[in-house]
Amino acid sequence: MTQSEKKSNGGATPPLAIELVSINKRFGDVHANKDVSLQVMAGHIHGIIGENGAGKSTLVSILYGFYSADSGSIKISGQETLVRTSAHAIANGIGMVHQHFMLVPNFTVLENVMLGHEGSLSVETATVATRSALQKLSDDFGLAVDPDMIVEDLPVGLQQRVEILKALFRGAKILILDEPTGVLTPQETEQLFDILRALRKQGVTVLLITHKLKEIMAITDDVSVMRGGEMVAHRQTAQTSPAELAELMVGRKVLLQVDHTPAKPTAPVLVITNLCLANATGAANLKDISLTLKAGEIVGVAGVSGNGQTELLDVLSGITPPTSGGFSVGPTHITPKAPTSPAKLRGLGVAHVPEDRHKRGIILPFSAAESMILGYSDTTQSNAGWWLSPSKLDKQCSKLMQDFDIRPPNPKLASANFSGGNQQKIVLAREISTQPKLLLVGQPTRGVDIGAIEFIHKQLISLRNAGCAILMVSVELDEIMSLSDRIIVMNNGQLVGELAREEATEKQLGLMMAGITIAETDTVGGPS
Amino acid sequence: MNTPHSLPRWADIGLLPIINLLAALLVSGILVAIIGENPLEAMMVMIKGAFVYKGSLGYTLYYATNFIFTGLAVAVAFHAMLFNIGGEGQAYLGGLGAGLICLLLDSILPAVLLVPLAIMAAAGFGAVWGAVPGYLQAKRGSHIVITTIMFNFLAASIMVWLLAGALKAPGQMSPETRVFADNAVLPFIHDLANSVGFEMARSPLNLSFVVALLACVGVWVLIWRTRLGYAIRATGHSAGAAEYAGIPVSRVVIITMAISGGLAGMMAINEILGVQHRTILNFTSGYGFTGIAVALMGRNHPFGIVLASLLFGALYQGGAELDFEFSTITREMVLLIQGLIILFSGGLAFMFNKPLARLIAMVLRPRSPDEARHG
Repeated sequence: MTQSEKKSNGGATPPLAIELVSINKRFGDVHANKDVSLQVMAGHIHGIIGENGAGKSTLVSILYGFYSADSGSIKISGQETLVRTSAHAIANGIGMVHQHFMLVPNFTVLENVMLGHEGSLSVETATVATRSALQKLSDDFGLAVDPDMIVEDLPVGLQQRVEILKALFRGAKILILDEPTGVLTPQETEQLFDILRALRKQGVTVLLITHKLKEIMAITDDVSVMRGGEMVAHRQTAQTSPAELAELMVGRKVLLQVDHTPAKPTAPVLVITNLCLANATGAANLKDISLTLKAGEIVGVAGVSGNGQTELLDVLSGITPPTSGGFSVGPTHITPKAPTSPAKLRGLGVAHVPEDRHKRGIILPFSAAESMILGYSDTTQSNAGWWLSPSKLDKQCSKLMQDFDIRPPNPKLASANFSGGNQQKIVLAREISTQPKLLLVGQPTRGVDIGAIEFIHKQLISLRNAGCAILMVSVELDEIMSLSDRIIVMNNGQLVGELAREEATEKQLGLMMAGITIAETDTVGGPS
Repeated sequence: MNTPHSLPRWADIGLLPIINLLAALLVSGILVAIIGENPLEAMMVMIKGAFVYKGSLGYTLYYATNFIFTGLAVAVAFHAMLFNIGGEGQAYLGGLGAGLICLLLDSILPAVLLVPLAIMAAAGFGAVWGAVPGYLQAKRGSHIVITTIMFNFLAASIMVWLLAGALKAPGQMSPETRVFADNAVLPFIHDLANSVGFEMARSPLNLSFVVALLACVGVWVLIWRTRLGYAIRATGHSAGAAEYAGIPVSRVVIITMAISGGLAGMMAINEILGVQHRTILNFTSGYGFTGIAVALMGRNHPFGIVLASLLFGALYQGGAELDFEFSTITREMVLLIQGLIILFSGGLAFMFNKPLARLIAMVLRPRSPDEARHG
């Protein structure tokens, strides 16, 4: 294991902004941080990369005072500091931008920034003071946001900017960002990186937590890799490669790219015609969607999450009936007048890997064997009539666990006790083992470790090669681009356009995700 | 990530209820001491009163029978995440069902037909009284807690109206039906025991106790071994997943409430067919509500519910003895002690959860310094 080496340029070592020494943290059985040490140099962008469950979040939560470490010490700017609460952390110049924003949606930008730091009993005085401070921050760091906008009206990228402003307003010299790009378009990500560079220039230290190798390579100066609760390596970003980092993260060599052979699409399996869905208030979630999906191809649905992809999967899997238009699976037409149900669609050979496995895909307190028949409890061969035989369920589950390399291979273990990757494999095993004609899959690898991603991608490709039509929704552009034969882009409930695999570039997709159609991108060239 | 300090299953089912019970007894003991009685002596009287004195065990089991039915009712609904607070009303209406069958048919049918029919009627009336709030929840979004509470009042009013009116025995002043014929009763256990030559003290314990134990087995099979039970649990744990799976959630809610109401309704057979042999006012006397505490304490598992029912049965019976033996410990004092136990094992059931989990984690996993490695 390498320790991070101090830069030896000119003998003057830059001061350390953060030094964590031998941090240990246990949650019951789980040793979330094992003797973790970390040195972050002042004025650097330092990445921490690792798979889900590697202990990154626990580590920064300790640094930010959400948890207290069982042992170990924290030094901030060389001073040994006890960070007991997040108020301590803020007082010590640490700011944090959470993965899920902590903003009051119906407050203005100004009110959000001010919240908890009014500094006076009069809101009036506080507003004036905050306004000028905010203006100064915007000027210094190039963080332009209209202070009087209501936060919920802002696009996600700007909301994140408000979070950063909040931290800086509280005097943060060290900024922690936890998976900041999960909700952003590629363009917004680029803008975020510009901001981070500007912050670095002003001497702010940035700690970036991510599981995306590309971001580490693009923006960080130093990177630390965590695996299984341990800090396994420190590198200078310039001197490492994605392949090396991936290997360090997983602990073995991984294929970052799947073998993708050209598709041989045959007969149409799913025909969507003018599909619309309005919610209870009458606002359209899906507008006039038409699409044909053929056997033996993967169509990727790209888009920033929340632009109708979830609703599309819900309609196509029979959970929500459409409000107008419809779709056909083989000879069966589904319209508002002839609605269907998830059970009926399963009978037609439609399998569905839902986007949110915790909410839909498995039932956390159920045993793996019980989760393995979710959706098939009435049809699975393992039950005779109304009786469910645990031994038969376990046997069937064991077999699938073997086929899909689900660990630990214990059908009686509660679904909650499997890792994200293995939970996802339970869902995939269940759905793929029915040999579907059409597979709807949402976020196939969300919160799944790299090793499992490789496996899941291979499974999807081989299912396609076996003649299944696959509609895949994902917010990971890399995934869309490496697996899809055709790519459609959704924005605001509409299909913005379709690209063939070969013509899709990240830039092009990013523009379309922002709602700019192909014709416009040719003439306008980009968003403002 | 696992929740920090989750309790091992054995401790959750075995240890925690005992600790809760001890805490309740401790507080009760302090109260008894304050009014100037010896808590240990009072405790002994309760235990003897519940298990040792002649016929006392029969009384304890008779009370337990009521609690098993109402506890199972709450538990079944709880597996679908429904809080059935209406056990009281469902049991009351069960008494109407059983009573009507007996009044109408006790001169025609033999016991072998009449009694099962009356049991079914009790379950059926309770089931309807549970299914209606279930329907309102599933299809109209009216909260089950509110509707089942309201249905308790409706049931009480209907019963007063009928028992003081149409069903009142002719020539009687009290609001109750006529006494059923002998073929419309569930026999007492002591009668059965005596008939095979086994001496047993008189008590209200009757064959309903056996029916209650069968119901426990039935509920266990239903919840953990059938497709319907799978659907009920799926709906309860995750409505989103049930929806995804194509489980008809609203139908499951209605069916679950019908089963729950049916179990509560069967409580009436203990009182009506087993003991009173007529339908009377207020025979449910709070057993339906106590069923909530029983289910909580029994962790919604039939086996736990039997144990919790025995405890509450012992409390009812032993508490009555306490009232009888001590002039200072009144009926109200006994109710207070019962209330404390319900409070500690029901309302505050999870108070000792975290400290206990921490303690167990500390005892089972002493930290070993050599485990730490250098990174």
